[in-house]
Amino acid sequence: MKPTKILLTAAAIATAAGGVSAEEMTIVSWGGAYSKSQLKAYHEPYSEKSGVTILNDDSSNEAVAKLRAMNEAGNITWDVVDVVAADAIRLCDEGLAMEIDPDTMLAPAPDGTSAADDFGELLVSDCFIPQIVYSTAFGYRTDLVGDTPPTDICAVFDLEAYPGKRSLEKRPINNMEWALLCDGVAKDDVYDVLATPEGQEQALKKLDTIKDSVVWWSAGADTPQLLADGEVIMGSTYNGRLFSVIEEQKQPVAMLWDAQVFDLDGWIIPAGLSDERKQRALDYIMFATDTQRLADQAKYISYGPARASSAPLVGQHAELGIDMAPHMPTDPENAKNTFLYNYEFWADYRDDIDAKFQAWLAQ
Amino acid sequence: MLAADGTPLKQSLARSLRRQKLRALLLISPLLLFVMFSFIVPIASMLFRSVENSIVSETLPLTVEALGNWDEKSGELPGEDVYDAFVRDMVIAIDDKKHTRLGSRLNYEETGMSSMFRRSGRSLKKLDPETDGPFKDQLIEIHDGWGDVKTWQVIKTHSAPITNGYFLNAVDMQRTPDGAQAQPEDKQILIKLFGRTLFMSLVITGSCILLAYPVSYLLATLPMRVSNMLMIFVLLPFWTSLLVRTSAWKVMLQQQGVINETLVWLGLVADDARLVIINNQIGTITAMTHILLPFMILPMYSVMQTIPITYTRAAKSMGATNWTTFWRIYFPQSIPGIGAGSILVFILSIGYYITPEIVGGTKGVFISNRIAYHISSSLNWGLAAALGTILLGVVLLLYWVYDKIVGIDNVKLG
Amino acid sequence: MAALTPISRKPLSMVLPSVALAGAFAGVFVGAGNGSVLLGLLGGAVLIAGLAWVYITQLKNEKLARWINILGFGIVGFLTSGLMGCILGLLGGWFFIFFIYWLYEGRYRRKLLPYMTAQQVFYHFLFRVICGAIFVFLITPILVVLPLSFNAQDFFTFTPEMLRLDPEGYSLKHYRDFFTNNEWQRSFKNSLIIAPIATVISVSLGTLAAIGLSQSHVPGRRAIMGILISPMIVPLIISATGMFFFYSDIGRFLEGTLGLNKNFVGYVKVVLAHAVLGIPFVIITVTATLVGFDRSLTRAAANMGAGPVRTFFSIQMPLILPGVISGGLFAFITSFDEVVVVLFVGSASQKTLPWQMFTGLREQISPTILAVATILVVLSIALLTTVELLRRRSERLRGLSPA
Repeated sequence: MKPTKILLTAAAIATAAGGVSAEEMTIVSWGGAYSKSQLKAYHEPYSEKSGVTILNDDSSNEAVAKLRAMNEAGNITWDVVDVVAADAIRLCDEGLAMEIDPDTMLAPAPDGTSAADDFGELLVSDCFIPQIVYSTAFGYRTDLVGDTPPTDICAVFDLEAYPGKRSLEKRPINNMEWALLCDGVAKDDVYDVLATPEGQEQALKKLDTIKDSVVWWSAGADTPQLLADGEVIMGSTYNGRLFSVIEEQKQPVAMLWDAQVFDLDGWIIPAGLSDERKQRALDYIMFATDTQRLADQAKYISYGPARASSAPLVGQHAELGIDMAPHMPTDPENAKNTFLYNYEFWADYRDDIDAKFQAWLAQ
Repeated sequence: MLAADGTPLKQSLARSLRRQKLRALLLISPLLLFVMFSFIVPIASMLFRSVENSIVSETLPLTVEALGNWDEKSGELPGEDVYDAFVRDMVIAIDDKKHTRLGSRLNYEETGMSSMFRRSGRSLKKLDPETDGPFKDQLIEIHDGWGDVKTWQVIKTHSAPITNGYFLNAVDMQRTPDGAQAQPEDKQILIKLFGRTLFMSLVITGSCILLAYPVSYLLATLPMRVSNMLMIFVLLPFWTSLLVRTSAWKVMLQQQGVINETLVWLGLVADDARLVIINNQIGTITAMTHILLPFMILPMYSVMQTIPITYTRAAKSMGATNWTTFWRIYFPQSIPGIGAGSILVFILSIGYYITPEIVGGTKGVFISNRIAYHISSSLNWGLAAALGTILLGVVLLLYWVYDKIVGIDNVKLG
Repeated sequence: MAALTPISRKPLSMVLPSVALAGAFAGVFVGAGNGSVLLGLLGGAVLIAGLAWVYITQLKNEKLARWINILGFGIVGFLTSGLMGCILGLLGGWFFIFFIYWLYEGRYRRKLLPYMTAQQVFYHFLFRVICGAIFVFLITPILVVLPLSFNAQDFFTFTPEMLRLDPEGYSLKHYRDFFTNNEWQRSFKNSLIIAPIATVISVSLGTLAAIGLSQSHVPGRRAIMGILISPMIVPLIISATGMFFFYSDIGRFLEGTLGLNKNFVGYVKVVLAHAVLGIPFVIITVTATLVGFDRSLTRAAANMGAGPVRTFFSIQMPLILPGVISGGLFAFITSFDEVVVVLFVGSASQKTLPWQMFTGLREQISPTILAVATILVVLSIALLTTVELLRRRSERLRGLSPA
C-alpha cells in the first residue's frame, strides 16, 4: 500500500469511527453480575430500539473522584453513571451531577401515576434517579451456628450463643446503627444518639465487645468468600451477593434479614454535558427507569426495583427459574424490621465518625 | 599555552567541557521534559491543593470582608451587616449551585455544615437581598445553625485563600480561632498511621534483606545454568499479578487456610487453637515481604555477580577465617546491592495500600489507605494532598540521609 | 572442578544417626497427626535407621532397595490415608532412599572442594537448606493458586472433593470463562498492547538519559536524578489523580485539534502514563551499570574513528545491556501489573488485565483470575526456558564452555 493510500484509509477509518461515536454513549457501572443484569435488562433493548452503541465502563467505585477530576479538567467522557445514593448526594452537593426533574424527564407509571409519586421517598437527591433497592444484611453458615439459627440482629453481638468470627464492613456506616440498636437504643432514636459524641462512644464500646472476633471487609465479594471458607460464621454484605451464594453456589448459608439496612443505587447524569449528549443520556434514563425495565432487571439479580409500580411485575430468575419475589429485600416477609440508610445524617457525619472509627480500629 | 588549532588551551578545554555538558543535557532533556510536563507539574499542582483554599473567599466574598470586623472570640453573634452580606453572597452562589460545594468543604471542619448549606439553600433562594432584609432573624429561623457563633467562627477561620488547615489536620491538629490545637483524642489517627507505615516498611525491608541475602549469594555463586533455573523461582512470583499473590496469601494464611489446615492435619496445632496469622501485622509483613522480595533479590544478585570470587579465596589463603572473609571482604562489596534493594523495597512498601487493605485487618492499615479514602470517598483532596506531601517529604528526607550515609552513587541495581 | 573430588563410602556410624535424625523429624509430624509426638519421633528414627541398616548391610543392591522403599512407603500411605497419603508416601520413600545412599556413598562431597572440613560441609548444606526454605516461601503461594484455578466452585476454597482428588471437584470452567468472555479477552489484549509499548518508551528514553547522567560535569545531577525517579516515590493514588488532569488536557488536544480517533488517544494516554511510571526503574538500573563502565573503551573507539552513534551501539550498548534488560523487566511489570493509574487515566476501551482482575475481586470473587494467573505462569515458564535454552545454544555456538 502506498503511503497516501494508507493515509486515506486511516482518514476513512477515523471518519467512520467519528460517525459511530456520535451515536455512542458510555455508561458507568459496577461490573460483575450487576453490570450483566443491566446489560440484559437495559442496554440491549435500548440499543436495539435507538441504535445507540453503549460502552460499559466498570468504574463506579472510583466514580466520585473521577467525576470531580473530569469536571475540573472540563472533559467529561461519561454519559450516565451508576452510583449509590450517598455518592449521588455528594456529587450533587459538589455540583458534579445534573439535576433531574422526575415529572418531566421520567416516564410515568402505566396507570398514569407520576414518576415522582411512583418513586416516592426514594428520590433522595435532586440529581439521582433510583434504580434498585438493595440491602446490607447478614448471612450465616447454617452448619456452624448450632441448633438455634439466629433470627435477631443482636446475635451478631452475642458471642456466647454464637461463638466464632463475624465479618463486618470496615466503615462506621451500618455498624454503628446495629451496635446502638443492640445496646438498647430504640430504633427511632438511633440517629439522635449517634449525632452526639457520647452516642458515638457508646456504639464503639458495643463494637468493642466483639472487636476481637471481627474480620473487616472492604469489597462486597469478601463476605461470600469468608462464608464459603467457613472463616466466619456470619457476615454482612449486599443481599444480592448472599443470594448468589445461597441459590447459585448452593453453599450452606442462610439469610438473617433482621435490621437489614436499605440503600439505593441509581443513575446520575454528570453536569456539563453538551446538549446533544445530555438529550441522549436523558432519553436513556427515561427508557431504563420505566416500570417494565426496572422489573426486568430483577430477573437477573435479587435487588428490588425502585418503583412501586414495578414490584408486582417481578417474575422468575432468568436462569434458575425460581420466584424472585421472596428473595427481594423489600418482600414483606423479609422487611419486618428494616432501616433506611440515613443519607442526610451520614452526609454530615461521615467524615467525623469515620475518623473516630478508624482511630478506634487502630487501637 | 595553545592548543593544536591555535586557541588558548584554557579556552579550548572550556569549550570542550561546554560541549560535553551540552551533549549530556541533550541526552537527558527529552526524558526530563517528558517527566517534568507529564508528571512533576501535574503532581505539584495536585499537592498544591494541600494549601489552596480559595473556595470560601470566592463563594462568600462579601461575607468574608464583613467578618473581618467581627471579633470571633467575643462569643457574640456577628451583626446584621454580616448576615446581609451572607445573603447577597448566597443568592449568587445558589444560582451557580456553588453553595453545597462550600457546605461540603466546611463540613470537613465542622460536622453538620453540609446539610445546613443544602437545606438553607432552598429557602434562601427565595430571598431578595434588596427588599427582604433584615436577615439575621430570618436566617436563624431557616436553620438554627446560623444562630450559632461556632458557624461564623468556622467560616472566618477557614476564609484565608492559602491555609495551613489541611496540614494541621494531617498531623492530628486543627485550625481554630485560638490558633492550632490538637484534635480530640478519639480522632487522632494519622500520626499513628504515619508511624506504623514507617515501622512496618522498615520491618518489611529488614526481613527482605534477611531472606534475599542468602538467596542472592547462592544465585551469584552457582554456575550460570543452575542459577538461571533457580531464577525462575524468583521471577515467577514477580510476574504474577499483585492481586493474585495477595489473594493467594489470604488463602494460605486464614484460619481455615492452607497453613492452618496443614498444621491441624499434622496435629501440631489443635483444631480450636488455630494460629491467627492474617488480619494483623504478621499477615501484612508476610505477604508484603513475599511481594517485594524479588525487588531485593534482583539488585543484590546483580551486584554479587560482579564480586570476584578470587578475593575471598585470596583472603582465605592468607589465613582468614570464614567469618572474617565474609565480613571483611565479601560483605562490604555487596553493600551497594543491599542499598539499592532496600531503597526500592522501602519506598514501594511505604506507598502500598491494596495488600495491607486485604490482609492487614485493623492493625495493618497504612497511611496510603487513608490517602486513597480521602481521594476517592470523602473527596477531601486537600487533606489527601497534605498527607501525600508529608509522605513525600519523609521519603525525600530518608533519601537524603541515605545519600549522606551510603552515597547514592554507591547504589547498584539490576 | 566438580568431578575432581574423590568420593568414598562413609561408615555406618555416621550414616545411621544422620538418617535416624531425619526419620525422627518426619516422625514428629506423623506422630503428632496420630496422637503421640514422642512415639512418632522414636518410631521414625528407629524405622529409618533400621531400613538403612537393612538396605546397606543386607540387601546391598541400591536399585532394588530404591524400588522397595518407594513402593513400600507409597502402599503404607495409601492404606492409611488414601490417594493423598499414597502420593505423600511415594515422595517420602523417594526422599529417604535418596538420602540414605547420598550419605552412605559420600555423594554429597562430589561437587565440593576436596579440602573442606566436615564442619564446612555441614554449613554448606545447612546454607543450602535455608535457601531452599526461602525458595519454598517464594513459590508456595504460586503453587497454591494453580490447583485452585481448576476449582469446580466459584470460590478460592479447597473443597473436600478437591482434597480427595475427586475429579468432581475439578473443572476447566474458569479457563473456559477466560477464553470465551469478551471482557477478559479484551483486557488481556489491551495489556499486551500497552505494556510492551510503554516499556519500549521508558527503556529508550531512560537509557539515553542515564547515559547523559553518567557523563561527568552534568550540572544539577542530583536534582535531575531526583526528578526522574520521583514517579516511584509519589504515592500512586496521588500520581493517578494528578496525571488525570494532564492527560485529559493532552487527550482534548489530540482529539479536538488533531482530530485523532478517540480510542487511539485513549491508548496513547495510558501508554505514556505507564511509561512515566517505568522510567525510575530504567534510570536506576542503567545508571548503576554505567557507574562501573570503563570510559576508556569509548575513548578507544573514538580514537579509532567511530562516531558517537557507532560507539554507542557497538561498544556501550552491549556492555550495559544487562542493566537495560532488567530495567525493562521492571518497567514491563510496572505496566503489566498496574491498576491504580489506569483506573483514572484509562477509559473502558483501554481496560487492562489488572483492572479486570481488580473488578473481579471486588465485585464477585471468581477463580477466573486464578486461571489467568496460571496461564501467565505457564507462559512465563515457557518464555524463561526458551531464553535459557537459546542462551545455552549461543554459548555452545560461540564455543564457550558452560560457565
